[in-house]
Amino acid sequence: MIEENPVSLHDAPSRSMNMIEAINDALDIMMARDPDVLVMGEDVGYFGGVFRATAGLQKKFGRNRVFDTPINECGIIGAAVGMAAYGLRPVPEIQFADYIYPGLDQLVSEAARLRYRSAGEFVAPITVRSPFGGGIFGGQTHSQSPEALFTHVAGLKTVIPATPHDAKGLLIAAIEDNDPVIFFEPKRIYNGPFDGYYDRPSRPWKGLPGSQVPEGYYRIPLGKARVVREGAALTVVTYGTMVHVAEAVLAEKGIDAEIIDLRSLVPLDIDTVEKSVEKTGKCLVIHEATRTSGFGAELVTLVQERCFYHLEAPVERVTGFDTPYPHSLEWAYFPGPVRIGEAVDRLMKD
Amino acid sequence: MAEGPVRTGKPRGNLPPLDLYVPEPKYRPGDTVDYTHLEIPEPGLLARPDEACEAQDTWPLTLDMIRVLGDDDRAVGPWNPGLDAETLRRMLATMALTRAFDDRMYRGQRQGKTSFYMKCTGEEAISIACAHALAADDMVFPSYRQQGILIARGYPLVEMINQIYSNRADPLKGRQLPIMYSAKDYGFFTISGNLATQFPQAVGWAMASAIKGDTRIATSFVGEGSSAEGDFHAAMTFAAVYNAPVVLNVVNNQWAISSFSGFAGAERTTFAARAAGYGIAGLRVDGNDILAVYAAMEWAANRARANKGPTLIEHFTYRAEGHSTSDDPSAYRSAREAEDWPLGDPIMRLKRHLIALGEWSEEQHQAMDRELAEQVKAATKEAEKNGILGHGLHHPFHTMFEDVFEDLPWHLQEQAEQAIRERQIKWPEWKE
Repeated sequence: MIEENPVSLHDAPSRSMNMIEAINDALDIMMARDPDVLVMGEDVGYFGGVFRATAGLQKKFGRNRVFDTPINECGIIGAAVGMAAYGLRPVPEIQFADYIYPGLDQLVSEAARLRYRSAGEFVAPITVRSPFGGGIFGGQTHSQSPEALFTHVAGLKTVIPATPHDAKGLLIAAIEDNDPVIFFEPKRIYNGPFDGYYDRPSRPWKGLPGSQVPEGYYRIPLGKARVVREGAALTVVTYGTMVHVAEAVLAEKGIDAEIIDLRSLVPLDIDTVEKSVEKTGKCLVIHEATRTSGFGAELVTLVQERCFYHLEAPVERVTGFDTPYPHSLEWAYFPGPVRIGEAVDRLMKD
Repeated sequence: MAEGPVRTGKPRGNLPPLDLYVPEPKYRPGDTVDYTHLEIPEPGLLARPDEACEAQDTWPLTLDMIRVLGDDDRAVGPWNPGLDAETLRRMLATMALTRAFDDRMYRGQRQGKTSFYMKCTGEEAISIACAHALAADDMVFPSYRQQGILIARGYPLVEMINQIYSNRADPLKGRQLPIMYSAKDYGFFTISGNLATQFPQAVGWAMASAIKGDTRIATSFVGEGSSAEGDFHAAMTFAAVYNAPVVLNVVNNQWAISSFSGFAGAERTTFAARAAGYGIAGLRVDGNDILAVYAAMEWAANRARANKGPTLIEHFTYRAEGHSTSDDPSAYRSAREAEDWPLGDPIMRLKRHLIALGEWSEEQHQAMDRELAEQVKAATKEAEKNGILGHGLHHPFHTMFEDVFEDLPWHLQEQAEQAIRERQIKWPEWKE
């Protein structure tokens, strides 16, 4: 098993991919390696998924391993739990994270608890892939970031990549994991990173850092954060799309920030966060999801509990507002450069 | 802005006011019971279609009732499975053992040995017949009232009682409510306690078996009450779409705690009739007639195994006791309902049939009951050596934090350390 290893990965042949291609590559590799891996979901078969993440897989692996499902998320996840009990390793796709709620009971009461309630007799090695987050004018039913609903559940892992390179390695690790994993894909950055300026031309991934994806099999272990940028003035803890927004805002402000991309929320790499805050003395937590009881509340609390005597300023959090995601005012909702900038100014004023 | 319709709330013309219909059972506590409205056909009249028939050929059966054992205690008609006397005696003994087990566990709960228990009195035939009609390695996704399947498959009573007592030998490490067994080696899925979630899971398991070219099939059970859950629709849709090798059972025991079957739609049509809406085979069977249940299950299992698709079976029965030890049915239904149930008691019916065949006697039956009571008593004593609920004989403390994930993450490790510190203060005498 090849763990993330900069030397060997550097030597491996690689090519530039967008995040969809990287996810497709991970699925392709895992289906070829393990005959128990299968892909199912609405429109994932012949058509290859509304975002094309499963394109070509049915043709390659057959209809018994890549197939469309009824529009019934309870059934998709419930059937996946049964398949896992049989011994398969299903990778269901929920077309949008906003559609996951009809399957919530099967995730929260079933998949998450099988191992515990059966004392290890039955397990649910399921990876539920789902595009999440806003920034594509998806309105209130195609833009949500419900990750905190899942991090709150004992027995679920929650993984969110921020680059094509990480998406592939994390998805492979998630599929191989013997616990159920919610794998949220930030759809705003499927085709290119996003700096938070909706009115600037979007950039494709091609040639950008993070888009260079090694060929073949590699895994990025769950629970290991990535330090995007080392710095001394301030620690920014974030994940998904907001990694790129934070990077752009702090570069623009010329602040020597240390930016941490968590990559997985559960399990959480608290060591990397702690070490960084102890060094910088300041911490900003950013997520796109709504504010109240968001995962940021957990992060702020952990930093306060574990790094209090190193803190030189109150821990700040920047989030989406506590409203549904509005269609026309999407960019008023989005926690972009202005909201982040204000928080950074407050933290840096002393 | 255009004016919308005016909503004054006043009656319009001659239209009568709308009236919400809220179902109400026919009988409440103290009422005498009259079952003449129930349509109970004579046994042996219904044809038995070929197992590979078109699904629609079964639909007339969903509005009728398959019965084999008549009032004369003879088995008649094309659905008679023709089981030999030895098999019938084994099924009788397993039903009686299940009832003896229920009786002792119920008393154990009343004596404070555990927190909770659920009997299946009056419904034994369904579980026992299903266990006999299926192959031993077919997968069962049970609800909480199929203990008879575990017993029929030979799962040790001592292990069941260890689970019920949540003691230090509990195979589920004291984590589950009593009777929420899990027995993978016996093809018995971990019981949830959340209702109907097992239904789509069984379909998924059956799909997996078909994907892998296996020969095993799956079966699952819900009560008529929880057939109202969305999971039922999910399961039926997936079963129909993928022609899954699965047998889906609705145990219609008339009551869901205090809500009668009318709150699940029983006043409109039968539960079996839902099969037609999904285009799958359906059967409706006298659930207190173990020969009829066996025949229906065998028919559906053969059909599934021959790649001819799923079957929905409604087992028409009666929950003769409370929902659980936490329930008091005398508060909401007439006690006469159980006494006068026109389909009788499944154990008595099979007993009388065997006697009519000259293969059994009252004396043998009484001797069997004594022997089974002793067997359960011995198992109970054996299990009690491992402790009863709340008397210190638990699994080691740390197991509380295990199996949340395959590996223990740092936050659970920290919480485990907290729990052990608390234990040293709260229970200094604790020994593991």
